[in-house]
Amino acid sequence: MSKFIKLKKGFDINLAGKAEKKIVEVEQPETFAYKPSSFHGILRPKLKVKEGDTVKAGTPILFDKKNDKVLHVAPVSGEIVEIRRGEKRKLLEVVILADKTIEYEAFEKHTVSDINGLSRENIVDQMLGGGVWPNLVQRPYGVIADPSETPKSIFISAFDTHPLAPDYDLIFKGQEQYFQAGIDILKKLTPGAVHVNVNADAEVSPMFAHIKNVELNKFSGPHPAGNVGVQIHHLDPINKGDVVWTINPFGVIQIGKLFLEGKYDASRIIAVAGSEVKSPQYYKTYTGASIKRFVEGNLKNDHVRFVSGNALTGRRVAADGHLGFFDNLLTVLPEGDKYELFGWIKPTTQKLSFQRAFGLFSFLFPNKEYALDTNVKGEPRAFVQTGIFEKVTPMDILPTYLLKAILAEDFDDMESLGIYEIIEEDLALCEFIDVSKHDIQDIVREGLDLIRYS
Amino acid sequence: MKFLREALDKVKPHFEKGGKWEKFYYIYEAHDTLLFAPNHTTNSKGVQIRDAMDMKRLMMTVIIAMIPCLLFGIYNVGYQHFLAIGQPEAGFGDIVLVGLIQVIPILVVSYAAGLGTEFTFSVIRQHPINEGFLVTGMLIPLVMPPDIPLWQVALATIFAVVIAKEAFGGTGMNILNVALTARAFLYFAYPSQISGDVWTYIGGANKAIEGFTGATPLSIGAETVENGKSVVASLSAYGSGWADGIYEFSNMFFGFMPGSIGETSTLMCLIGALILIFTGVGSWKVMISVIAGAFGMGLLLNGLAVNEFMAMPAHYHLVIGGLAFGTVYMATDPVTASQTETGKWIYGLMIGMLTVVIRVFNPAYPEGIMLAILFMNVFAPLIDHYVVIANKKRRLQRATV
Repeated sequence: MSKFIKLKKGFDINLAGKAEKKIVEVEQPETFAYKPSSFHGILRPKLKVKEGDTVKAGTPILFDKKNDKVLHVAPVSGEIVEIRRGEKRKLLEVVILADKTIEYEAFEKHTVSDINGLSRENIVDQMLGGGVWPNLVQRPYGVIADPSETPKSIFISAFDTHPLAPDYDLIFKGQEQYFQAGIDILKKLTPGAVHVNVNADAEVSPMFAHIKNVELNKFSGPHPAGNVGVQIHHLDPINKGDVVWTINPFGVIQIGKLFLEGKYDASRIIAVAGSEVKSPQYYKTYTGASIKRFVEGNLKNDHVRFVSGNALTGRRVAADGHLGFFDNLLTVLPEGDKYELFGWIKPTTQKLSFQRAFGLFSFLFPNKEYALDTNVKGEPRAFVQTGIFEKVTPMDILPTYLLKAILAEDFDDMESLGIYEIIEEDLALCEFIDVSKHDIQDIVREGLDLIRYS
Repeated sequence: MKFLREALDKVKPHFEKGGKWEKFYYIYEAHDTLLFAPNHTTNSKGVQIRDAMDMKRLMMTVIIAMIPCLLFGIYNVGYQHFLAIGQPEAGFGDIVLVGLIQVIPILVVSYAAGLGTEFTFSVIRQHPINEGFLVTGMLIPLVMPPDIPLWQVALATIFAVVIAKEAFGGTGMNILNVALTARAFLYFAYPSQISGDVWTYIGGANKAIEGFTGATPLSIGAETVENGKSVVASLSAYGSGWADGIYEFSNMFFGFMPGSIGETSTLMCLIGALILIFTGVGSWKVMISVIAGAFGMGLLLNGLAVNEFMAMPAHYHLVIGGLAFGTVYMATDPVTASQTETGKWIYGLMIGMLTVVIRVFNPAYPEGIMLAILFMNVFAPLIDHYVVIANKKRRLQRATV
């Protein structure tokens, strides 16, 4: 029952500074961090370690008191050097000074044929204990999946259409057997299908093309075609009461490794990209790596912003900050804190706009790359323009009405207009193109929290 | 332009919190941001880069789209003046000069009165000044007769900004189109200055030549209901004494006829429409559907014709009166039009149909587009309501439980 779905709505943001397709070996960063802020809805993180403790890769370091079965584990072995806290002692980061050679906690190993014999309970227990569970994200709400629930299906987006997104073929090369094992494990968690959605506009990599035990669907179109929320909407939409889980290919591979090799392996390939990077390329490292080593001496100028993740949904990090749990991309953008004389009306070909009132002839240069800075390019205003959000939201959802329902805290309308189907990333493009410069992703999260805790 | 930035930065502290002109911060901000795109950067989470387009650019595009109508309006005011006083051979310079003398004061008064009101409200209510008035301030003069007393322009503008906009919470919250509210205010408060023989500026020193009446094609059409003569023939015969062919179809399309300053030329509105459609600022769905509604209703009336006005060829409706202007610049106002894409079709069709119905059947008011748009402004939220309900129902149908 594989499907082919062609999406017309959306917008590809063609940023300058794509990572060159080569993986560069560098000396590993000194520190790695585990950031609870990577996950939504961790309410009361409770630390299991203190500064000075030594951990192995896979040693539990914290859990959420509200969901205590899910363990969050150390990505690398080493010493806990700092526990960073913010306002009201909010836990920000657990920083680990990494060993030169990583030591791993030993978990139970299985052969490929064993996996089929494992019970669901067994699998869930090993995933929870082995630290790979947080990879599973539950829709609605986009929070860590609840192990006591059974999802109606599981979705994996096998491509990323965000600006400067890393190439999945490259970063997951050679991981086929782990990916298949991960899929076999996931298949046990749901009575429904495991959907793997690939990009119809590019050649499908062997890892995804020959995968068994899944429904392989093809999606074609501009961003957000690679967003798993959009894919769910077209394949198996979420209604009130439904629970669907999503996971990215890295998470699937990590699960496969946990079962086949008995270790929590956080090694991953990340892309360092953006117009301000001298040589944008890929690096081999671990989850939560400090970005310092990748950017030192590799920047065109100092006045930049480091973003863990992509330019649409990422978070700013300091020059000595760390990548988030789900991020395999470090975007470096020029900081845009400067005035521009008549910047709002001056004719230019250097600025990117979805709307033709700015980029009237931009359609003549579809492959032009833009070096966008972080300037807001306008001031916050009331909702005025209509019909524009719909053009970048390839779902049967009316974003303006949904956002207004959230702002009005109208629970019935939020539900009936589709709050269960989206998380922040699905409306990120709306935030990008909004002439009224609203913080749309914040509004979406506000709505999700309202519904979740009501 | 460094000195300009430095000068602005120097006075800025006086307007900020604790400064001596703290109350006037938003007036300072409006000027600052008009000159310089501000240096604000995106938040630490969420979208890190933003589209280059902002509200100022959006509104400015609408103003650019109105410029053809304004320029033609200036010319036409002068041209009609010289036609009426029997000097059709007047030079281009003289024509434009008369037009400028008559139109620029109206434009200035409209902007001054409107911006003054906006500034006052921004100080009292401490909200930023929205760019919406930049468009409204240009729309108001374009829908006024060239003879309008300036104090009426000021009064109507202030009324419209206060009652139609600020009372509802400012730009983005208003229910009625602000510029049309200004015109409707004058229509009901000072009817003698905005209807009847006011569409041609003749000037105090001159007298119109014999035979000149200054009627508009719509009023000629309305007369045929009584006198039973064919509309097309009446229009052709009209002006034979002083301006032959003034109401020929082609002439009405180009706009060399009496009327409100900016609305006589269908051609100029068409150019404006193309600008709005190509830039994506104006909804082509609304424009097409208004035209389709008016033309369709015109055809229907032709079929049912019991009087000569009903029998007027449907395409005449598209070039007479303010239909084209209203369609392009008023009906497409995103705040007061339907906001859903399906709703825009219904909204536009209804405006087009109502315009023709009001024109043909309402003896008290020859022009229909103003009332039709204001009427549908009120109904737009209702249309949207049903479109949204349809969306909700569609979503519910997928539910398996």
